[in-house]
Amino acid sequence: MLTKRIIPCLDVRAGKVTKGIAFKGNVDVGDPVEMARFYYEGGADELVFYDITASNERRDIMIDVVSAVAAEIFIPFSVGGGLRTLEDMRGVLLAGAEKVSIDSGAVRNPDIISEGARAFGSQCVVLSMQVKRVPESEKIPSGYEIYIDGGRTPVGWDALEWCARGVDLGAGEIVVNSIDADGTKAGYELALTGAIADLVPVPVIASGGAGNPQHLRDVFVQSNADAAIVASITHYGEFTIENIKTYLADEGVDVRDTW
Amino acid sequence: MIAIIDYEAGNLTSVARALTHLGYENEITYSAEAILAAERVIFPGVGAAKATMATLKKRGLDEVLASCYDTGKPMLGICIGIQILFAHSAEEDSECLGFLPGYVKKFGTTDAGGKTPHPTLKVPQIGWNEVYQTQAHPIFEGIPNPAYFYFVNSYYPVPETEAVVLGQTTYGLEFCSAIAHKNLIATQFHLEKSGHVGLKMLHNFLTLR
Repeated sequence: MLTKRIIPCLDVRAGKVTKGIAFKGNVDVGDPVEMARFYYEGGADELVFYDITASNERRDIMIDVVSAVAAEIFIPFSVGGGLRTLEDMRGVLLAGAEKVSIDSGAVRNPDIISEGARAFGSQCVVLSMQVKRVPESEKIPSGYEIYIDGGRTPVGWDALEWCARGVDLGAGEIVVNSIDADGTKAGYELALTGAIADLVPVPVIASGGAGNPQHLRDVFVQSNADAAIVASITHYGEFTIENIKTYLADEGVDVRDTW
Repeated sequence: MIAIIDYEAGNLTSVARALTHLGYENEITYSAEAILAAERVIFPGVGAAKATMATLKKRGLDEVLASCYDTGKPMLGICIGIQILFAHSAEEDSECLGFLPGYVKKFGTTDAGGKTPHPTLKVPQIGWNEVYQTQAHPIFEGIPNPAYFYFVNSYYPVPETEAVVLGQTTYGLEFCSAIAHKNLIATQFHLEKSGHVGLKMLHNFLTLR
């Protein structure tokens, strides 16, 4: 059976791993290569590096991080944060990333999705969406709105419409990042994740809100997510990937339990 | 020297990095001379069958690979590299190398037995799935049976001869995920992205006699 994936997310600022609470107040917790190796040996199925500095002068630092990780870590990993052009994507892919994750850049220029898919294949292009709950309206019929710029700027687009369009343009996976749930440790945004998993024919990755292993079970079983991103609950040693997988296996969720 | 065949597929550098990590000198190349002189040949990568075959032919590499096959050089195909070994791929109706009788089909279409696969099957398959070893082979030395490997594929091979099937995996239906025939080994899964078991299997290929 294809297993549900657990994907630690390493937010990287100026070459260091951080984890934000509701995207604000980041604190350094570690060296990206060290943390990547820790997760690789510990049974993570994949990794995400998110460059939260994302300014041009910092770009080379991130490429160095990607190269250093790729030389030692032999599971897939994606890189996101501030990617805007085909050249940005090519840079991280050549440095050894398996996939690129595009977010605000895709909202500003949706064609980047199809250009990336044509150049590198859909399997390389992950569309990451920042979503916030809002009152249902004519413009936002689902009541979930797309935001950009680290959850600060509303776009006025409906999240379900945007992810369907993203898949049509060639996105190979969707990351559903709930601004409301991020950093709360109160669980993933189940309704939204489930609605998107039902809607699109590509894998859906839940992000934001994991506080305990049951939250992963819920998003896999109730929302039919294909993968779940974790950060705080594993970064600080509260749970290990192994703890979480043992719990999920006992709950009947298919996970990669040997590595 | 291990030659990694450059046919403009993605993912070539990942295999190169894995070989370097294992301590094997390697070169990403489309030079016929370099490939024919190499001890072993790997053709990895993510790509579309039609574009891959077009590039191989344009560079004369279809004949170089045929020559490697005929002379018994150890060869390893990964992902698109297992698919092009067969006669035909349903992906854009593509003629392939035809080293092995059989063809390549897309997930989510009716299988050969006429059974309808799971209706909500996501295509491509992305993630870790189990490979069941269907026969003993030195390439599996030290690899648990079953073991998890990393897959990214929309298409899967359907060999005509059962004897070449080395591994099987279930995704909506049971499909052949690894083959061996004479000096040919090929896997649908990515050895270079499958953690320690992947590296071990890659190492087994590199030391295969």
